[in-house]
Order: sequence, then C-alpha cells, then structure tokens
Amino acid sequence: MKKFAKLIQKLEQSNKTNDKIAALVDYFNYADDKDKVWVIALFTGKKPKRPIKSALLKYWAIDITQTPEWLFSESYSNVGDLSETIALLLPPAENTSDLQLHKWIEELHDLEGKDDETKKNFILNAWNTLETQERFIFNKLISGNFRIGVSNKMLVNALAKQSSLDSAQIMHSIMGKWNPYEITFTELINGVHVNTDNSWPYPFCLAYALEQEPEKLGDISEWQAEWKWDGIRGQIVKRNGELFIWSRGEELVTEQFPELHFLVDVLPDGVVLDGEILAVQDKQVLSFSTLQQRLNRKTISKKQLEDAPIGFFVYDILEFETNDFRAQPLSERRNILEKLIGGLEESAVILSPVINCKTWEELAELRQTSRSINSEGIMLKKLSSHYHSGRKRGDWWKWKVNPYTVDAVMIYAQKGSGRRANFFTDYTFAVRDGENLVTIAKAYSGLTDKEIKEVNSFVTKNSIEKFGPVRTVKPELVFEIAFEGIAESKRHKAGLALRFPRILRWRKDKKAAEINTLEDLRQLLESTI
Amino acid sequence: MALIEFTKRGIYCKQGDFYVDPWWPVDYAVTTHGHSDHVRFGNKHYLCHTLTKPIIKRRISEDLDVETLNYGESIVRNGVNISFFPAGHIIGSAQVRLEYKGEICVISGDYKTEDDGISDVFEPVKCHSFVSESTFGLPVYNWQKQNIVFDKMQNWISDNIAEQKTSVLIAYSLGKAQRLIKNLAGNVPIYVHNSIANLNEVIINAGVNLPETIRITPETSKDELQKGIVIVPPAMRDSRWIKNLSHPVTGICSGWMQVRAHRRWQSADAGFALSDHADWPGLMDAITATGAEKVYVTHGFTAAFSRFLNDEGIESEEVMTKFGQEDDEENKVDLAEVDNQHSETNNPKSE
Repeated sequence: MKKFAKLIQKLEQSNKTNDKIAALVDYFNYADDKDKVWVIALFTGKKPKRPIKSALLKYWAIDITQTPEWLFSESYSNVGDLSETIALLLPPAENTSDLQLHKWIEELHDLEGKDDETKKNFILNAWNTLETQERFIFNKLISGNFRIGVSNKMLVNALAKQSSLDSAQIMHSIMGKWNPYEITFTELINGVHVNTDNSWPYPFCLAYALEQEPEKLGDISEWQAEWKWDGIRGQIVKRNGELFIWSRGEELVTEQFPELHFLVDVLPDGVVLDGEILAVQDKQVLSFSTLQQRLNRKTISKKQLEDAPIGFFVYDILEFETNDFRAQPLSERRNILEKLIGGLEESAVILSPVINCKTWEELAELRQTSRSINSEGIMLKKLSSHYHSGRKRGDWWKWKVNPYTVDAVMIYAQKGSGRRANFFTDYTFAVRDGENLVTIAKAYSGLTDKEIKEVNSFVTKNSIEKFGPVRTVKPELVFEIAFEGIAESKRHKAGLALRFPRILRWRKDKKAAEINTLEDLRQLLESTI
Repeated sequence: MALIEFTKRGIYCKQGDFYVDPWWPVDYAVTTHGHSDHVRFGNKHYLCHTLTKPIIKRRISEDLDVETLNYGESIVRNGVNISFFPAGHIIGSAQVRLEYKGEICVISGDYKTEDDGISDVFEPVKCHSFVSESTFGLPVYNWQKQNIVFDKMQNWISDNIAEQKTSVLIAYSLGKAQRLIKNLAGNVPIYVHNSIANLNEVIINAGVNLPETIRITPETSKDELQKGIVIVPPAMRDSRWIKNLSHPVTGICSGWMQVRAHRRWQSADAGFALSDHADWPGLMDAITATGAEKVYVTHGFTAAFSRFLNDEGIESEEVMTKFGQEDDEENKVDLAEVDNQHSETNNPKSE
C-alpha cells in the first residue's frame, strides 16, 4: 500500500506526461506482481466489488470523530471528495501496516456478506493503521473511482516501456476480459487471455482544419467531399472470425455497441474499416447528445438500445483480404469499399455518402446545410491520397461550419466540483427580453484558469442572493456563447434551448446593455426550422 | 460596554480611541503584524512590535510615525492598557491585549500555535473576549508537524537536484520565506528573489538570526540555481523567468495544499501543507486556553467555525473584516518589485 500511495503522490506531483510515465515505470519495476495487476485494474476502471456503502463510511467517520453532521458537510463541500474528507478528518493513525495493496483488496473482498459490526471493526482498524494518503486510497478502494489523470494510453505506454512489449498489444490485453483476482502480471501484459494478433488496428489518418479558401486546393475534380460526422471515430477489425471495434482513443469498445456485432458473420476475414459511430435511425444521423447516452457505459439497458440506436458510417477501408491497402489511392479504396459495403442491406452499417459537386461554390452552399442533417461540415480528401498515419497537411482537410454565437450576460454562478470545487465555474447566462433578463444556457467550459479566477473574484464581490450553492450575480459580465443548434423547448422559460452551449470568449469590451435579445434567438429558431 | 466595536474603518476601541489593524486611515493604529491586509498606508501614528517597525517602514514608507513595544510590555492610552503577546504567525506578529477597568479583550490578528523556529511562539492570554481568525476553521485542516513537512521538502529538493531539475519554492516574501530559509538551510545554497532579499536584510539588521541566502541577480547562473533552492514570491509564479530556468519544478507551501482539489487547481508540481495560520486543533486549543466568554470570528470559514463554537457553548459571532486578502495585497506589493527586477533580469537576455 505504501508503494502505491507513493505512486499516487508522484502522479499528483507533476502535470507532465513524461514525469507521470516515469513514475509508473518506476512503480512497475519495483512493485509486487499482484499489486501491479490491481493497479492496472484500478486505473482502467475495473473496480473491486464494494463490500460497504459509502454512506456507512461517512457515518462511522462522523461517529468516531464526534463531528456534527453539518460540519462534516461543510468540510466535504470544501474538500470536494468524500474519501478524502474522511481521510483528513480522522485523527492520526496509532499503528502502521505494511500490508500490500492486493492483500487489502482481498481482505475487503472477504467482508462481503459479513454483518455491519464486523465491517465497522475492520474499517476502523484499517483507518487507525493507515496514513492520511493511504487512508484516502483505502476509502477510494471501497467507494470510488481513481481519477488521477492517468489515461489508458499513458498506462499502456508505461507498461510498454517497462516490459519492452508492443503498446498496441498491451492495450488489447488490458482492455480484454480478465479477472484481477486470478491473472498474473506476466500473463496480463503478454495477453495470454486474448489473441492479440487478430485485433491490431491501424493508426488513424487525421485531417487539419481548412483555414484558406477551398479554391486554393485546386480543381474540385481531384477531391472527394464527404459529410463530416460528429460521433466517435472508430475502426472495425475482422480477422480470423473475430470482430473488434476500436475508438480513436485507441480503446477497445466492442462490447459497447452490440448493434455492430452481426458484422462478425457478414464481413470476410482480413478486413479493417474506418468510420464513425453515430446515433442512427432510419439511416439518418441523430444528434450527438443522443449518442452520448450510449458512451462510457459498462452495461447497456434495453431502453438505451431503443432510445439511442447506433450505427457505423463507413469512410474508408484499410485492409482487405488480409492485405494492407493504405498505400492505395483513396479512389481505389473507395471502389473496394463500395463493393463490400454497398451490398449490405443492414441499417446499422452505412456507406458514408460522397457529395458530388461541380464547383467549389456549389459545395460551399451545400456546406451551409450541414446542420440540418446533424453534420459538422465537410471533409475534403484528395482522391489520390494514401491513408496516412496520424495528421499530415495537404491531403485531408476538415471544413467545418462555424458555430452559432450569442452575446449573453452571466446572472447565476455555482461552484464546480473536483478540481474546481472552490471556484465559481458553472455559470448561467441570460439575454434581454424587453426590460427583463431571461436565462438561455448554462455553461462551464471555455475559460482559462486565469479567467476563472477573475470571474470568481467578481462573483464573490457581486453576489446578490444565495440559493443553496447558487449565487445570483449582478448582471455585468458579458460572454460570447457558441452553440451548435437551437430548438423549441417547453421546459425553458425562454421557450427555446441551445445545443452544446459553451463559452467562446469573455467579451470584456461589451456592456450588459449590448447583449442579444430573445427576439434575435427566436428569429434564428424560425430560420432553422 | 464592550471594549471593541467593528466599524467600517476596522476594529475600534472607543474607550482608548484607537483602532487595531484598520483598513482606512485613522489617527492611531495598533498593528498586529506587517502583512499588507493588516497594516496600511496613511495612518497618523502606528503602534507595533519592535521587530515589525523596520518591516513596515521598509514595505510602506520610511516616514511612518511608529512607536514600539516588546512582548509583555504595555502602554496606557486614554486609560486603556495596551500590551503585546507573541502570535507565532510571522516575525514580530503580536496579539494585542486591551484592559480597561478589569475588562480584558485580546485581538489575535493572524496566529499559529506551532513553533516555527523563527517567530516567538504563540502564547495564550486569558481574556473575556477574543478576536480569532478562522482561515483554516474546518476540521479537515490538521497540520503535520513542521519537521515532517520539511523532511518531505528536503527529499523533494534532493530528488530534483539529482534529476537535474531546479527546485522553485513559492512563498510570501514576509513570513513564509524566512520560515523556509530558517528550516531548509544547511545542505545546499538558498537563492532568493529581490523582494525576499530586501526583507531579509531588514530582519537581520533588526537582530534576528537568519541563515545566509544569496540574492538572485542577472549574473546568477542557471547552473548554480539548479544545484540550490530558489525561493520566489507568489507574483513570480507563472513568470517567464521561472520557465527559463533549467527544468524548473515549482512547489507551493501553503495550508491549502492539504487538499487535493487545491493542489490540482494550483498548477504547481508539488504542494506542501505548511501554514502560518492555526489549524483546527490549534484554533480550538487557543480559544479554550483564553477562557474567553465571547469569541469574534474573522476571516476564513467564519460561519462554520462560529456555529461550532456556539454549539460547544462558547458564545461566538462572525465579523466581516477586510483581513484575509493577503494574497491579493501581497501580490500587489511584490509586483512593483518584480517589475523592477524584470527590467533588470530581462535585459541580460542580450548577454
């Protein structure tokens, strides 16, 4: 446990990826093999089963420290994390323990089914043998997630560095199905539980944003134009009778999308497809917010499958009949793709259409309609282009539509959570409606840390009223809010709702009198219907 | 009649006709310590501890009219007996004890109860009413003993030196900087920013035994700094000067570093929970030791802390003050000096 606590401390002590990887490598060099397996499990979200409810932990902590419940709550809202609040509140430990991480986890596991008194004794004893940082980790083992800025990729890179194994292979291994109580570290990173060779994805080919006039790209006939979809970029790999779905974050997400599992029977072996996972109904793309209901879930309910059906819009083919086709020109690859996918009658796998335009002007005009089909704009790919690894300037361009914007004034502010627990970071914005202000959106992202501090100090000094965690603020700060769409809404007083609102910038140059009106937004709504 | 009242100019003693740490100009200002949220420009007359005098003269103006007391000494003003007792916050920090016709009130200013090795140790004073800060007035704030924190800091520094990184500690020029110097001296040289070096001079001249430090000048090489400890004030934190050092890593020394959310918010590499304010047990011990019947709670978690005291049977009231804005104020003071130094240290780019 001490080594793990030290690792966590090291990871927290740096903002630099290289330092974090170095800390992980160091840990994997010296830690106990069984502990390592658990660290990988914890960092990839494989939580041990919870033997105790966190409400009980809180109750016991209150009990032994004799802290009034209201004071515990005040402390919690300052600290922003239950496990940490408890760890800090408890008196210093009287004993120490060298018990290893996996032993703690096993002991916690053994509490399953025991009565509350036994559980309580175990927990109080543990608290009394662990230092503050260890206690925090211990509480997290019971009640929470380890969100400490270690991505799967970072973890895999560290393991690859430490073991000299290929990182894609390790990624596949740790994303596969394994049981941390049973597997050994060597088995895990060597992937004995999975057949890694089958799953290899290719590096994604990425595009830069088009910052010049498209005319500068030359003759339009040399280019293939497609809609740019706003979903999860993915690769589908079918080899030796097995199907794998990779997201662009290089995570295996096969289990999350059962709608695509039929491909294992349909696609020939030795095929890799590049495309976009989207919410799709009747072959029409639905909004990203619909797709979001399906993301990052361990289990998917029947209702979710019905409410947010997904599909795969195919862009490209990278491997065909087990041959790497990435060096073939796009026009060739598209031919093969059309033959392969065009024949499928399935509604979950759709060939992403090519837009045929004779002139750039015609295409520019069509681009303005992107939003009506839930597209973000247009992709331009040179017909002669290879499928590059990563981002390369020149062959592929994304030509996105600009977001809508509105100038609005901040009228409510609320403190954030986690890292931002002590700052007012969640703001509600309003536009003018005659003499009144009417709220139109809530947003929290888009400001720099420095700006957040500035806004925070404004909120502190200009609060009018306090409703629980929310402060009403003097309507003075004007922000430009970007959004992707607008829709009628009966739930909101304004009668409309903005899609994906976010702060584009702080308009320090504007006064509250100069903000947009509700009428402006209504006109926009009319024009988009 | 109460000995003090809270006015818009600050804490006022009507019987004696003077203020304690006023934030608007007054005729007679009793000053607890030299931090800029407690002592301001423009008062006709200042009364402070002997060690605070050269500090405020240096920081505010040489022309101040200042009268001093040592700890335990007293003077009488309009029948009110004023005496000073150590507050343990920084060098020269004092609790102000007022006595009038048998009624005793103590204004603690900022204080901590742990011995920091450089300030006189906090001494509880029996009183009827007590004015306490509550900067860390929540039970999650329990400091580790400072030797443990300094051990961690020393380890961090040795690791950095071994890994070819430059250790930069961020600390207020007055108070925290001297505490670090006193407790970290001995192994590797300590390099300090101008504003800290200036204050060190004043403090050493006043007779305080402070270990030797090296003032950073445009001639100081990055290599020397990498092998030592660099201490700079908060205003320098995101400066280009730091970014230009050889693999700089920054460490913030503040009580707020006790909590992960604060540590992560500050984009520093390391956070050390080292505070010049009392932690929760410190506040509780101090208040209990005064035996006060009434406790006025200023700056910090005032609402929670005074509610807790009331529940414990100690009558308490939260008071709005302009204390606790030390951060902003300190930054202002230091920025002026930083600007000066910038012009000195930036030009040598042409060297």
